[in-house]
Amino acid sequence: MAQPDDYGFSEEAALLKYSARKFFKSNFPTDKLQKMVADNPDSARVQISNWDKALWQQLLELGWTLLAVPESADGLGLPAVAVAGLVEEVGRASFPCPLLATLNTTYVLAACGESANGALREIAEGTTATLALTNRAGSWQPEDTEVVASEGKLNGTAYFVQDAGKVDKFLVCARKGTGHSLYWVATDAPGITVHADAIVDLTRDQAHVDFADVEADQVCEDGLKALGQAFPAICTMLAADVIGAAEWQLQTTAEYARTRTQFDRPIGFFQAVKHPLVDVMIQVDEARSLVYNAACAIDHEPKRAAEYAHMAKASASETAAFASSRSVQFHGGIGYTWECYVQLYFKRQKHSQMLWGDAAWHRGRLADIVLGKVS
Amino acid sequence: MSESDSKDTPEQAEFRQHCRDWLCDNTPAEPSFRLPISALEIMTEEQLKYLKDWQKSAYDAGLVGCDYPVEYGGGGRTNCQRIANEEMHRAKTPYMPNIIGLGMAAPTLLHYGQEELKKHLLPRLLSGEDIWCQGFSEPGSGSDLASVQTFAQRDGDAWIINGHKVWTSLAHFAAWMIILLRTDKTEKHGGLSYFVVPISSALGRGVTVKPLIKMTGETGFNEVLFEDLPVNDGLRLGGLGQGWQVATTTLLHERDAGELVTPRSGGMKNAASHNADTANLIDLARKTQYNGKPAVQDPLLRDRIMQQLIRETGLQENQRRARVPALLEHPARLQLQNKLLRSEIAQETAALALEVAGASASLYLGDENAPAGGQWPLAYMSTYGNTIAAGTSEVQRNILGERVLSLAKSK
Repeated sequence: MAQPDDYGFSEEAALLKYSARKFFKSNFPTDKLQKMVADNPDSARVQISNWDKALWQQLLELGWTLLAVPESADGLGLPAVAVAGLVEEVGRASFPCPLLATLNTTYVLAACGESANGALREIAEGTTATLALTNRAGSWQPEDTEVVASEGKLNGTAYFVQDAGKVDKFLVCARKGTGHSLYWVATDAPGITVHADAIVDLTRDQAHVDFADVEADQVCEDGLKALGQAFPAICTMLAADVIGAAEWQLQTTAEYARTRTQFDRPIGFFQAVKHPLVDVMIQVDEARSLVYNAACAIDHEPKRAAEYAHMAKASASETAAFASSRSVQFHGGIGYTWECYVQLYFKRQKHSQMLWGDAAWHRGRLADIVLGKVS
Repeated sequence: MSESDSKDTPEQAEFRQHCRDWLCDNTPAEPSFRLPISALEIMTEEQLKYLKDWQKSAYDAGLVGCDYPVEYGGGGRTNCQRIANEEMHRAKTPYMPNIIGLGMAAPTLLHYGQEELKKHLLPRLLSGEDIWCQGFSEPGSGSDLASVQTFAQRDGDAWIINGHKVWTSLAHFAAWMIILLRTDKTEKHGGLSYFVVPISSALGRGVTVKPLIKMTGETGFNEVLFEDLPVNDGLRLGGLGQGWQVATTTLLHERDAGELVTPRSGGMKNAASHNADTANLIDLARKTQYNGKPAVQDPLLRDRIMQQLIRETGLQENQRRARVPALLEHPARLQLQNKLLRSEIAQETAALALEVAGASASLYLGDENAPAGGQWPLAYMSTYGNTIAAGTSEVQRNILGERVLSLAKSK
């Protein structure tokens, strides 16, 4: 099936995206973010996950978490391009919230078949969730999970669990016999201990989660199949978040280059500043185009979704690194301080850069698809 | 029927069908002789005739200049050139020879030409009967284009032109030239005016065309000397001293960022045309041994080939996204990147191909052992034509920084 030329990005999708931008502009300007997550420089050393739960509640009521839930489970079943458009705005605002984690979980559950309909309905009703499947070494291959299921009970530890401190449920990938299955469990269920990690990024939280004889509902027998099917959406949505944040970095740094004066000229006059800033813009645009291409493939050309999602995340990871580097460098001394907002985006982007695979990792997977595996 | 067709307006859909029907019967057979990579390297009369015949027949069928007004020899349609271009590529046609006429002279004439001039020149331009060239750069004026010195001296109702233009592709076949001239030495930008001047009819009578040889060994571009060439004032486009604004229209179209879609055919597979794209690169990597195994299995080369594939796909997707206004931050932001990215990505891809080819990359055209007939070193060197011409990559970055990011101007 071919892709529609306009990505299938409808008026409804545009309305969602631009009302989200407006919402964050009025309700969550960057100084509010700075005040909330970086009021105390101790947060550089001690995990303090501050977030605006009341504002998040408004977004829940607007139905943001049920956008991707299929209509069969009482969701809105919006196309991936529309969801990506929204996620881009969340990234642009760097709004701390469990939207991405919940979307990821939704896409996995939607790939599970009927057995996961109950869990999907919970999400449609406002439950938030995150994936727990990464091992201690940070492998992005879910078959490497260190959690084991036997006799209906989970044991072991899941690492690098995103926004674990903000969600209601975990979707756990656990080894079961020779296969891997998925389990749905409340974050405060007996036997679960959530250890918050001290992380660089001030706009997210992350944890490693111990499971000790935890009773959980199996929602999917062939977990790897469902995760594999949802992986393009997971990568694409994260890449959408990255390009939103990168656009903020570009605009903020360009604004500084227009106003900061040295040698009697705005520093943007100098080609040592001007040209790399243009290169940041070029990278943001490449990644953005690839994100919508990947999202559209998820909606219309699923056979190529993995290929295009690898391109999108590889490009977004490179963009995150470069836009972050130039944003701090071109802000000069002030850019190196705690009080300058670029640090918040720098840290979020460094986190996103590696999350669900960095650029080289994705290019490796892409090469396997395009060139064939190495014999 | 592909999904893009389903977005066609009724006029476009009907026109697309017309293109398909006509191309089905009239796409020319591949010539028995070698064609160069693009129209800018046409060297022989034989090549020129084949390509002119093609442009004329496509014009007569209504596939060239479809969006131009009927009174100037156009088709009088709306947003149909893109459709014709798509269909001509799909049918794997040759490219058209009058590339500078179609891409630069025609939109500028349409915007700024006097009525009689447009009626006289545009039909013959669109049909390819008149080949056009562009006289902008000079030996002392490259990136700083507004510093051109070729001077037009007022002489009653006419002008007398003296000066020296360079890098003038197709001048050796051209009937006409679009030219940026200085009419006032006291002002830089404000002292420029824009004309069209005859070339072939004035050879030996004020105009001399001398070929320049490219680093690839090919000809195709020239220097053009003007010595007391008289030109009628009716050949001026735009007002006196407004040459810079007029030239901006030309340059926007040259960089695929103008209002009018340039008529452009192509797609024909020719033994001698070899695009520096990743499909060809991957093909090379499959055929080439590298450290005792196919290059396509080397982990470092795989990574670099994927980098090129991602950039190339990103550029294609930029062009697609440029047509979706809801996904644009700034109206010109993507169009202004086109020329820069297309040329730089092709350059990187060709450079990587030379690395993949290893020792064989030393073999050039005419060597029987050269991979792809020696086309890769040719393609690589040719890419510098594109990163330098039509505003160097450095100038493109200035334009993007200044127009899109509103950074302080360099000049």
